[in-house]
Amino acid sequence: MSEDLAWATASDIARAVASGAASALDVVDDALARIEERNPTLNGFTAITSDRARAQARAIDAKPDKASLPLAGVPFAVKNLFDVAGLATVAGSKINRARAKATRDSPLIEKLEAAGAVLVGALNMGEYAYDFTGENVHDGPSRNPHDTSRMTGGSSGGSGGAVAGGMVPLALGSDTNGSIRVPSSFCGTFGLKPTYGRLSRARSFPFVASLDHLGPFARAARDLALSYDAMQGFDAEDGACVDRPLEPATPELARGIAGLRIAIAGGYFQKGAFPEALEALARVAQAVGAKDVVEIPEAARARAAAYVITATEGAALHLDRLRKQARDFDPAVRDRLLAAAMVPATLVDKAQNFRRWYRDEVLKLFARYDAILAPATPCTAPKIGQQTFVIDGVELPVRPNVGIYTQPISFIGLPVVAVPVPLAPLPIAVQIIAAPWREDVALRIAQALEQTGAVAAPRPDL
Amino acid sequence: MADPLDDYIKAAAAALDLPLEAEWHSAIAANFAVTLKLANLVAEFPLPDEAEPAPIFKA
Repeated sequence: MSEDLAWATASDIARAVASGAASALDVVDDALARIEERNPTLNGFTAITSDRARAQARAIDAKPDKASLPLAGVPFAVKNLFDVAGLATVAGSKINRARAKATRDSPLIEKLEAAGAVLVGALNMGEYAYDFTGENVHDGPSRNPHDTSRMTGGSSGGSGGAVAGGMVPLALGSDTNGSIRVPSSFCGTFGLKPTYGRLSRARSFPFVASLDHLGPFARAARDLALSYDAMQGFDAEDGACVDRPLEPATPELARGIAGLRIAIAGGYFQKGAFPEALEALARVAQAVGAKDVVEIPEAARARAAAYVITATEGAALHLDRLRKQARDFDPAVRDRLLAAAMVPATLVDKAQNFRRWYRDEVLKLFARYDAILAPATPCTAPKIGQQTFVIDGVELPVRPNVGIYTQPISFIGLPVVAVPVPLAPLPIAVQIIAAPWREDVALRIAQALEQTGAVAAPRPDL
Repeated sequence: MADPLDDYIKAAAAALDLPLEAEWHSAIAANFAVTLKLANLVAEFPLPDEAEPAPIFKA
């Protein structure tokens, strides 16, 4: 029973709990036991909310209408930048530990729990989300379940590790430049970064207001769709959240990919990729019959502009803390933010101007294609502590460069599903990029790929 | 000859009331140089004067 639950999908668990074949309390107890057993190795959790989880599970078991709950009894955990009532929202930092405890959950937690899911804890992350490694100087690194000497990827490293390591079937993370897609790639999970403005970011600790997104990790495409559907809905508390009708993706999954026009990103998105990234891309392209190669124009400049906006908006967010508490930051984060605080505003405005031009150009591609495939990361998970790697013949620092393929996409808020290709010895993901507000298209393709076996969350040997 | 970026960083830190400890200087300078290089890569791209920025603001 326990091993079955370790690898059960959220939809399997919800079906079992809704039908009465399993109790939510048993499922949650099982998850909590597994977290206790595996977390000392994987270091994915920074807080475990056992009492609250058991109370919520009992409440679900007592509900007469639990059959109508799409996530009945599904344990989940959230990156520790989400407000969780009773916990300080640390966002991977030492500084935020002094904050008052949150008095109310983030709206995405509230929505998942309204759908029957059960919060079991908060997850490790790179400090203030300015990270692609999953390492954290205060809490220690989250560790990759497929090889614990390797990175999970970041900054939602605990989210990737907790799902890939079988501790929870569902987790939430944030993605400013790739922080859902990078750990999905390194850990071999499915991850959804929705369209910018789709899901509420209220009561989560920000990083870069104009680039921040929240979204789910899971071990099946259907689980992404179920949780995403549960979290949709306008929220005036998030100034960027767009007031649109609910557009459920789960009912669309059965449509498959017939009629969808799918292209492969060439040029920038293949230059510098390690052989495993290209192998994963080729496998996915073949499985969906994609042959056309398109050039996403000026992607290198888009990545550069995203880098500049990220650094400077992040520095603005943290300016007061940099002035007063610089020694309390992770030194790597501090040095990047202090440097960014000195960048002239003229250059930031140039990056914002470019952003509009680039968005218009990329959207033209979606007149011809429904989705574009691209690598999620240039390589599989590096070793924890690895400082550099070689991209296109140039030795570069790992930390800021793992996201070279994700940054040009989130820069203009496009929805992406990262799908894991189970290469040996380590998985690596491919991005399925869709037009704004067409998460359903990316999720349909992910589900179809999963059905062919081309993509799957590989089970680690733990 | 002193690197002009080093002078800039020292002056900017003083003008903006940012802490700059001696052992941080080289890492900050390296990060600043990378950010400036990427910012200039964007800035050199020709755009019409009418190109407006993209930040989302809803009144």
